[in-house]
Amino acid sequence: MLAWTCPAPLRDRPRVVMGHGGGGALSAELVQHLFAPAFGGPVLAQLGDSAAVTLGGVRLAFSTDSYVVRPLFFPGGSIGDLAVNGTVNDLAMSGARAAYLSAGFILEEGVEMSVVARVAEAMGAAARAAGVEVATGDTKVVEAGHGDGIYINTAGIGLIPAGVDLRPQRVVPGDVVIVSGAIGVHGVAIMSVREGLEFGVDIASDCAPLGGLVQSMLAVTPDLHVLRDPTRGGLAAALNEIAQASGAGVVIDERAVPVPPPVANACAILGLDPLYVANEGKLVAFVPREHADAVLDAMRAHPLGADATVIGEAVADHPGLVVARTGLGGTRVVDLPLGEQLPRIC
Amino acid sequence: MKYIDEFQDPDLARRLLDDIHATVTRPWALMEVCGGQTHTIIRHGIDQLLPEQVELIHGPGCPVCVTPLEVIDKALEIASRPGVIFCSFGDMLRVPGTGRDLFQVRSEGGDVRVVYSPLDALKVAQQNPGREVVFFGIGFETTAPPNAMTVYQAKKLGIPNFSLLVSHVRVPPAIEAIMGSPGCRVQGFLAAGHVCSVMGMGEYPELAARHRVPIVVTGFEPLDILEGVRRAVHQLERGEHTVDNAYARAVRPEGNPAALAMLEDVFEVTDRAWRGIGIIPGSGWRLSERYRDFDAEHRFSVTGITTLEPAECRSGEVLQGLIKPNACEAFGTTCTPRNPLGATMVSSEGACAAYYLYRRLELTPARTAAPLETSPVA
Repeated sequence: MLAWTCPAPLRDRPRVVMGHGGGGALSAELVQHLFAPAFGGPVLAQLGDSAAVTLGGVRLAFSTDSYVVRPLFFPGGSIGDLAVNGTVNDLAMSGARAAYLSAGFILEEGVEMSVVARVAEAMGAAARAAGVEVATGDTKVVEAGHGDGIYINTAGIGLIPAGVDLRPQRVVPGDVVIVSGAIGVHGVAIMSVREGLEFGVDIASDCAPLGGLVQSMLAVTPDLHVLRDPTRGGLAAALNEIAQASGAGVVIDERAVPVPPPVANACAILGLDPLYVANEGKLVAFVPREHADAVLDAMRAHPLGADATVIGEAVADHPGLVVARTGLGGTRVVDLPLGEQLPRIC
Repeated sequence: MKYIDEFQDPDLARRLLDDIHATVTRPWALMEVCGGQTHTIIRHGIDQLLPEQVELIHGPGCPVCVTPLEVIDKALEIASRPGVIFCSFGDMLRVPGTGRDLFQVRSEGGDVRVVYSPLDALKVAQQNPGREVVFFGIGFETTAPPNAMTVYQAKKLGIPNFSLLVSHVRVPPAIEAIMGSPGCRVQGFLAAGHVCSVMGMGEYPELAARHRVPIVVTGFEPLDILEGVRRAVHQLERGEHTVDNAYARAVRPEGNPAALAMLEDVFEVTDRAWRGIGIIPGSGWRLSERYRDFDAEHRFSVTGITTLEPAECRSGEVLQGLIKPNACEAFGTTCTPRNPLGATMVSSEGACAAYYLYRRLELTPARTAAPLETSPVA
């Protein structure tokens, strides 16, 4: 237990629980109180989706992510698409266009070779679409019963253009908060097939590479302040991470947040909040007010930003907290999720 | 969504609020019984928009919150046993028992599964004939009929490895207990619409008459809540105390006869302990003699349970509407959703969690807690 720092909120969890991988408060505590002290590097302390490093005078974005999704294939994509686009998007949030990826496979004994082939083909197609090359890889096999068929880890690197510095610490009151499109789509698509739930409408994952959209935004101005792709924990987690790291408050207008009817309906049935549902092809941007209109126009001109919309702003009030103006005119705090959302009883 | 968006319309909400503001002439305290209503009120900021004279007191209608610690501990014990598959709705997994929760049991090797219906648990039993499958059957009159149907099916299909850990509770005896409490300030009730969609409204006229309180059957969307408040306030201002149905699109006076017949067959009324409150006579259901073989408490002789409630947790008073969550000294300090002392801080339908999640911008924990009221049901 040498890695514990005080206070040690993980002490009440002597074993890992699912929430430690849910992208919420438990995940953050695991990193901050166990991994970060153990590794101790200054770059890791940035705690971004990707690390910005300088190597031989060149600024690189470097990121890694693991994919453990069930089922392996879902409406709108597969674990292969996620494994490429997830890491490509983490790099894109640093302003970098992904150049090279690694692909590490942990295969379960007994999984059909045709399934592995389909996943690999999906990864290849996704990599070509994102303009990134899978340059290195590794394969391990675990005994039957010790995995869900296929786990994938991808790491990636890309160049950060000169003049681009995307960090939550750059957020200032007055920044405009823009989301690139409808939220909650990926999470609901996965739930619909994973749990065998029928929501009365087909909904496909929004899984997509965001590098091109980011480049079109940076073409308007390199002075974007921060970008996040709101995956695990959804939009709420992304906004909370930015608010806490920047020290600014964030206010969003709940009625401005684009929640498509199938997502709203599924969440209503399950007692979930769409703000906490995962996305895989969306980004949230904090943009200086003077550039907001131009950036929004550029986003809307791109296929992956056609439904981009302003949802709120950074404020000097309630530092570190995200507050939503409700549709009826009240307000509420939008908290960092603890772990994964749980369907309610009734 | 049809019949959802319409009930969140800001213009209609404003008209209802204007009516309430124009009607109120003095302070009134209304209790919304159901945790789902509490969640809607706090999430949409409805309480911020009502006149100051209208106070909403949050009732005991969160099934997660009122499940007794002893039952949670029994669930943890059963779920820990080898060969058991323990199935539950999702939000019960995070409820703290004595020292741990079902997530912890799962991390220690227990087979704990989230299901969306008790019938899913029955399927798990059919697919795993060599293992005991237990479903955690908790909740009010809303969740009791499907659980009853599942036990009925298990018996009919001859599925011997399925059982139900039952902790069902009923609303009317709880209203009775709350009204009988000496500290009770409740002058009107927003009754839980989904409960009434099953049970009908037959149990309420006598309660309304005897305690001289209006009872308005109310839905769960923002406009439902506002309409419930509006009707209750109109009655109070006129000195009336009748039962009114403001959720007619879902509630018939006679309820759901098929569900009632299923409840009558599978369950029998019993005294039931409510977490933080104590035993309320006739406030629960247990499996009837005909279905006793499917009772997990009988099947798994769970003994030696020693429960330990944190002394500083005042969730019982919160559940009875005697204090607001932020009147508890532990609120937001030693008690948060991250480290809940009581179940009211776990479920998003619990008043404490709702206040913490949505309201802590304007709330600070009380340094001096309100005087403790004695409860006749403790």
